[in-house]
Amino acid sequence: MSDQAPEKTVPGQTGLRRRTGKVRDTHINLAHGSGGKAMRDLIEDVFLGAFDNPVLAAMEDQAVFTLAELAKHGDRLAFTTDTFVVDPLFFPGGDIGTLAVAGTVNDLAMSGAVPLYLSCGMVLEEGLSVEVLRRVVASMQRTAKLAGVMIVTGDTKVVERGAADKSFLNTAGVGVVPKGVEISARNAREGDAVIVNGYLGDHGTAILIARNQLGVECGIASDCQPLGSLVAAMLAVCPEIHCMRDATRGGVATVLNEFAESSNVAIRLNEAALPLREEVKGACEILGLDPLYLANEGKLVAIVPREKADQVLAAMRAHPAGEHAAIIGEVAEEPAGVVVLHTAFGGQRIVDMLVGEQLPRIC
Amino acid sequence: MKYVDEFRDPEKAKTLSREIRHLVAGIARAKQRPLQIMEVCGGHTHAIFRYGIAQLLPDEIEFVHGPGCPVCVLPMGRVDDCVALAELPHVIFATFGDAIRVPGSKKSLLKAKADGADVRMVYSPLDALKLARDNPDREVIFFGLGFETTMPSTAMTVLQAKAENLTNFSLFCNHITIIPTIKAILDSPDLHLDGFLGPGHVSMVIGLRSYEFIAEHYRKPITISGFEPLDVLHSVWMVIKQIAEGRAEVENQYGRIVPRNGNEIALAAVDRVFETREFFEWRGLGSIDHSGVRVREEFAEFDAERKFSVPNLKIADPKACQCGEVLKGVIKPQQCKVFGTACTPEMPLGSLMVSTEGACAAYYNYGRIDTTGLKKRAPSEATLVTTEGAP
Repeated sequence: MSDQAPEKTVPGQTGLRRRTGKVRDTHINLAHGSGGKAMRDLIEDVFLGAFDNPVLAAMEDQAVFTLAELAKHGDRLAFTTDTFVVDPLFFPGGDIGTLAVAGTVNDLAMSGAVPLYLSCGMVLEEGLSVEVLRRVVASMQRTAKLAGVMIVTGDTKVVERGAADKSFLNTAGVGVVPKGVEISARNAREGDAVIVNGYLGDHGTAILIARNQLGVECGIASDCQPLGSLVAAMLAVCPEIHCMRDATRGGVATVLNEFAESSNVAIRLNEAALPLREEVKGACEILGLDPLYLANEGKLVAIVPREKADQVLAAMRAHPAGEHAAIIGEVAEEPAGVVVLHTAFGGQRIVDMLVGEQLPRIC
Repeated sequence: MKYVDEFRDPEKAKTLSREIRHLVAGIARAKQRPLQIMEVCGGHTHAIFRYGIAQLLPDEIEFVHGPGCPVCVLPMGRVDDCVALAELPHVIFATFGDAIRVPGSKKSLLKAKADGADVRMVYSPLDALKLARDNPDREVIFFGLGFETTMPSTAMTVLQAKAENLTNFSLFCNHITIIPTIKAILDSPDLHLDGFLGPGHVSMVIGLRSYEFIAEHYRKPITISGFEPLDVLHSVWMVIKQIAEGRAEVENQYGRIVPRNGNEIALAAVDRVFETREFFEWRGLGSIDHSGVRVREEFAEFDAERKFSVPNLKIADPKACQCGEVLKGVIKPQQCKVFGTACTPEMPLGSLMVSTEGACAAYYNYGRIDTTGLKKRAPSEATLVTTEGAP
């Protein structure tokens, strides 16, 4: 199962010191997943070097950490997993590596948890450039450092050409929820404020442009970023945050529909208050897409008690990941289970869950 | 956003809304029944719902959502033909995005793709041409769809393919024309339209003259309208003003885009490549004379219908489906027997539920609330009908 398996000390060889492995191939081949020397070289050269931390360096089949260390942060464990497939692997503002770390860190953070440890499982396609893998791993480490988490265990599989698309990543994460923090999609109450931490739809737009099927260019970059420290700053001024989720696939609209349904309340959005970049608005106008459904990778939606809204907003704006935070709406009683958008034009409409992917219109 | 925000100014909207109310108050027949204005184009339907325009109008004005959504009026048999073509060996089938989910009698292109057909989403017919250049050992078929708005770009693409002597590119032509269809609607006995919002981007190509019969022969006012919310409100005001003053004329609200004579270069390209079909089948509306075009003999080598055998079966619309009545404005989407129950955007039975420009999808996505109380459609009720009342 684990990468660490072939590293176990073999009896009788204990006296011989082995040099740290080095990958000499330029491209991943099936041997790199075979469990033999090629795999050990890959792990030592590419992963261990980058993820350098004492838990991983122990090279056991599992990561072991003390309960006392965990208990310093709170009284409950948060545990999550996410798998990352993205085409292209690299895009303005990030790559699959930054996504894989930020995504799992953010899933933990949305419960209020302090993210601590991550695992990393990789499925590599035969023929993937080792250089590309190094770049992805470097991004993972950079993002992990930024988020204050350690990547403490991992696994690598190599599949034949065509059986996967370049590289699929899975990360699982463990965090600890501070005592007293109770965040749930069921907690929205009438009068609560709806807050986001900045511009919406950047990631979705960046990916669309990076796929280069549109023949347009613009300077938009993915918003991919870990949100753990932003959440900590929010909790510091408002430990009673009611609901919080990161608005990834399906965008803000999907998250708000989940809140409205779970809490059985209405959410009324103010279109004029939505933070949107001109480039994102333009791309959506051209393609007939709705930015409320575009993916984000570093944006959260929080529902907080009205009397704390200004404090939370100020705390967010003082944090680099929340500079452009805005209150975009409020929770109402009726119509329960529905998200209503008050258009800048003066009308209103339902913002429903999306059925499939948004498709560009003919004309 | 420049050139966009100006057309979404809420203050100007309020002024227009007030003016419209004022005009309507002076129209005697509006007191017996609501004035029905048909927005012909799906783009307008989308704008009306997206911006909540209907809520800014008095109850005496009703929108009737017309047939101008090319995806919505595509008959099932044609979708089956697309699937058959896409499933031919060596074929790359290139299509616009929103056509991909339209249900055929057996499957949609999306399902065909999952089953192994090579279906690619393109943003322009020129993307399909590039596919043909890049894949010389494959046959690339472009699914040409839409009114006069998209027809010129398809025509230019065929001309380009010919100029490049490409032998692996062809067009499955499903282009349709709006004028015969408006005429068919006007001749329909169960209809009481009071005026039209004319399609802006079609008119950019065909100009204003083609609409004169609506004013002269049928005595209905028509205003060619842009697609921003203020455009639509302004056009409604223009139509209502015509009614109030007893006029029936072709007016142009979208002067910044639509020239009186249309785009002559585009029309020449269309005329060079396409000829009128005797008739074309429309979903919900049936066969309408001269309402479609096909590729001229001169370009036969680029015509997928000539190059491959297309099943060309006529498939009747599902019995429960009332798309035709919705298209003609006889009933509102939510009055259809299967609306929101057997027919949802998830499992569309009728094509009006497929595209975001379809009237039913627009009602379902944006408008399942009444304009006053914002009541939610009771989900339990809907589920009940799905399980027990589905055909």
